Amino acid sequence: MTDKPNLLGWTCPRPLQNYPTIVMGHGAGGKMMADLIEHLFAPAFDNEWLGQMGDATKFDPSLWGTRDSSLAFTTDSFVVSPLFFPGGNIGELAVFGTVNDLAMRGAKPLYLSAGFILEEGLPMETLGNIVTAMAAACRKAGVKVATGDTKVVQRGHGDGIYINTSGLGIIPAGVDIGPANARPGDVVLVSGTMGDHGIAIMSVREGLTFETEIRSDTVPLYGLVEAMIEAGKGGDTPSGFDGHAPLRGIHCLRDATRGGLAAVLNELVDSSKVGIEFDERKVPIRPEVNAACEMLGLDPFYIANEGKLVAIVPQETAENVLAAMCGHEYGKNAAIIGRVVDEHPGLVTAKTSIGGMRVVDVPAGELLPRIC
Amino acid sequence: MKYIDEYRDADLTRKLLADLQKTTTRDWTLMEVCGGQTHSIIKSGLDQMLPPQIELVHGPGCPVCVTPLEQVDKAIALASLPEVIFSSYGDMLRVPGSKQDLFAVKAQGGDVRIVYSPLDALKIAKDNPSKTVIFFAIGFETTAPANAMAVLQAKAQGLGNFAVLVSHVTVPAAISALMDSSRAESGTTSPDMKVDGFLAAGHVCTVMGFWEYEPLVEKYKIPIVVTGFEPVDLLNGILKCVRQLEAGTYKVENAYERSVSREGNLPAQAVIKQVFEMTDRAWRGIGVIPMSGYKLRPEFADFDAELRFPEVQAIQTKENPLCISGLVLQGRKKPSECAAFGKECTPQTPLGATMVSSEGACAAYYRYGRLGK
Repeated sequence: MTDKPNLLGWTCPRPLQNYPTIVMGHGAGGKMMADLIEHLFAPAFDNEWLGQMGDATKFDPSLWGTRDSSLAFTTDSFVVSPLFFPGGNIGELAVFGTVNDLAMRGAKPLYLSAGFILEEGLPMETLGNIVTAMAAACRKAGVKVATGDTKVVQRGHGDGIYINTSGLGIIPAGVDIGPANARPGDVVLVSGTMGDHGIAIMSVREGLTFETEIRSDTVPLYGLVEAMIEAGKGGDTPSGFDGHAPLRGIHCLRDATRGGLAAVLNELVDSSKVGIEFDERKVPIRPEVNAACEMLGLDPFYIANEGKLVAIVPQETAENVLAAMCGHEYGKNAAIIGRVVDEHPGLVTAKTSIGGMRVVDVPAGELLPRIC
Repeated sequence: MKYIDEYRDADLTRKLLADLQKTTTRDWTLMEVCGGQTHSIIKSGLDQMLPPQIELVHGPGCPVCVTPLEQVDKAIALASLPEVIFSSYGDMLRVPGSKQDLFAVKAQGGDVRIVYSPLDALKIAKDNPSKTVIFFAIGFETTAPANAMAVLQAKAQGLGNFAVLVSHVTVPAAISALMDSSRAESGTTSPDMKVDGFLAAGHVCTVMGFWEYEPLVEKYKIPIVVTGFEPVDLLNGILKCVRQLEAGTYKVENAYERSVSREGNLPAQAVIKQVFEMTDRAWRGIGVIPMSGYKLRPEFADFDAELRFPEVQAIQTKENPLCISGLVLQGRKKPSECAAFGKECTPQTPLGATMVSSEGACAAYYRYGRLGK
């Protein structure tokens, strides 16, 4: 290409799109949702804590006079359909989704709130099964539901059940994991196969059947994170490097939920003002997930996960951290997939299977299957 | 994945690229006709690996991109009717009509559903006898057999509540129109539209064969190479085309033999012929190309959504004057030459379909423009 339009730093001229109403794309974890947050929610609630824009918000310990641990706080809502799917259900998701958001700041999850919006006509047995699954998930994740709320809406006004959970956790002293901490030279890792959850949901929703069942990967990730933090010790970035404050251990963690790997990497390059290059061939993807994506015309890098994280760590400790991940039951297929670079800040590129290069952009709104 | 990974092989790619480099002695512009090929070229990064003398122009073969604004507006009007369930391939939903898109219709209460096959739409019709289920029958010769089959099955099953909004287009007519328009302007070849050879769309040829291209090669004296979709397939097609150009020959060549025969898929062609007949069709941004599309034959008029809801027939719309997607689709302008590019028009706020579709030329330029390449 000979032309060089310079679009760096360019922002969308019509932030809330031309839509006079909310459309599904506003909730899909892509550019449309980011615009909604950036131009409506963030300015309305403007404060330093919301401004962290991480999976969870970190409260400095000086707020309550201690000097050791910090507090992490997060919330998430769960509106999945169907309520039960291969490998999980909405109750498990509601617990693991929120504890994972805490874990992505390095926080040990402690307490949850649980808000239930129930639709008139929801079978009591379904609700019972969901709540039982939630309770089991809480035990697995080591958290307690400490407060809750129940509302019922008229039949036709909900999808059976919506659940909101908020989570409180403790970030141990010395742990500083956040989306703005990626530095050129850092290494990018994923904790396992990408796209399992999204394809599992889609296979049920669209009535697709494959020779092997694709199961959601929903699991709590704090145990894995704890092992990674331990393995990452000693890899401290030298003080004053690149004009930034010293960073210890793991630099960034994100769970690759809506929008998948592509959305998470794009958020990280935006927050950290760096570029990322990864190698498509190094990203673990199950053959059946790949096949489903080929058939449906979808890109596996954009498919949601519920038990996989993306980590950015200093090069010196990358191999240690990888070994720790591979030794953990939820990180067996972990892999180093790329690195953080100085070049093209704000942009994620991928080396393709034939050795070419492409830009891996933010998804716009909803994922759309291609026609041909 | 077996039968796919072999065609995405890095070693084979390197070897073919070396061959291509050796073969190429001067500048050549090739047009890949099909949007699926464009998508694969961009996704694999192949465009940036080619010898600098080879330029690929993205052709008008993205079915979403060429569906005329007027048909999109009709789709939006139909989908807004309370008695209608409107079903469509997924990527049509974000294509902007003159005022809104199908996503917005859905948000305002319209029953709009994504289906993977027109047969899924038939099932919806069976399950909802009190509603009229309309399927947006768009695309090239590739989607035409399945869409025709849905109409045949609806007729056989007496599904009176099923209808199609047809906007089918065909490839050979588009190639003729592109060549004619460029030659009409300058006597030989217009300076801003110089295509030396075509990579014909492998999937279209799987259905239709490639005999239709033989007269075109004779008339316009340009090579046409039937080409597949994986990177190795594409390189193979490009190499065959450049070899012809360097040797000064022009013929139809088949670089997608594992899928395409000269005659094509005869039963599929028979189904198309049974249900559809040729008609003049408008192409988004290009205008009407004579005998370039399919419409339902009169005996299937009962399944024609435009006849069933005559109010939509009156819909006539003009395209945004800022948008030059038509010139882009014809390979006559680069996306970055458009005044609206990256300003009024982005993948999130597309003015034209070439910015909507992930394989549209403008969307591709937008992504790579930011890399400064």
